[in-house]
Amino acid sequence: METIPDTSGYMIAGYAIAFIVMGMYVLSMYLRHRNLSQDLETLEAISNESKPKPARVEKSKPSAKKSKAPIKKKK
Amino acid sequence: MLKPLSLKILDIVTVIVLAISTYLALVFAPAEIVMGQVQRVFYFHIGTAWVGLMGFIVAAVAGIAYLVTHDLKWDRVELAAVEVSLVFFFITIVLGSIWARPVWNTWWTWDPRLTTAAVTELIYIAYFMLRQGIEDPDRRARFGAVYTLLGGISAPITFMVIRLFRTIHPVVIGSQSAAAQGGFNMTGDMKVAFFFALFAFTVIFIDLFWHRLRLGSLQDKVEQMKLKVTM
Repeated sequence: METIPDTSGYMIAGYAIAFIVMGMYVLSMYLRHRNLSQDLETLEAISNESKPKPARVEKSKPSAKKSKAPIKKKK
Repeated sequence: MLKPLSLKILDIVTVIVLAISTYLALVFAPAEIVMGQVQRVFYFHIGTAWVGLMGFIVAAVAGIAYLVTHDLKWDRVELAAVEVSLVFFFITIVLGSIWARPVWNTWWTWDPRLTTAAVTELIYIAYFMLRQGIEDPDRRARFGAVYTLLGGISAPITFMVIRLFRTIHPVVIGSQSAAAQGGFNMTGDMKVAFFFALFAFTVIFIDLFWHRLRLGSLQDKVEQMKLKVTM
């Protein structure tokens, strides 16, 4: 009877390397995605800060007028 | 960027098919009597080679699409296909080398198949070096498209070389050269593991490819935002 050669060490090494390489690639993609998302958030925050705020000024004007009106009536 | 539900489902399916494929390769398929357990790397070796070479062809097609349309989305497709394929093809070469050690008694030999595989891998490593050297996005995309189009020729050459030349690399499907060493006839259970590995790696490739495409889109968004902030 023929005996099967013991080459299981090579098989384990092969599968270990395949899973390690795939795992490393998935990890690298996750890290790149996370870093880019953080960069995008930072850039959006900078972009919003540097924008002029005309909308807020317009909204505050009518409320200021309203608050002044009852004071005039009292006088 | 929120992950779409279909991609979340594909992620789960990918993990499941990878687990099943591993089970079929390591447990379900019988051990080969001449080579022993090392023959089991064959299932992942072929699976990764299939998606690796397919990805290089996809990249070449995306290159043609870019040259016709000049739409940068095709450049993102091309880049994603090359990157994912490069990883899988690297696994193919490493697994082949590990298999060759006990069967051929050497880690590496300059056989036509091994040589063309190594050249293909190097061609696509050089693709990234080429892209790194060009700053203008349109120019980079144009050069990349032409490069992947030419590089794509290496994929069918690598596939066909063992069928055309005298080589020691075995051909599992089809007739092989008389010099081939390590060939074997697949039993029914081996065929199940083999075809499932092809299917599993196709699913894994699609999943990773989709993730890489989303990464490319995010990268472009960040670049556009950088320009907006600095202007």
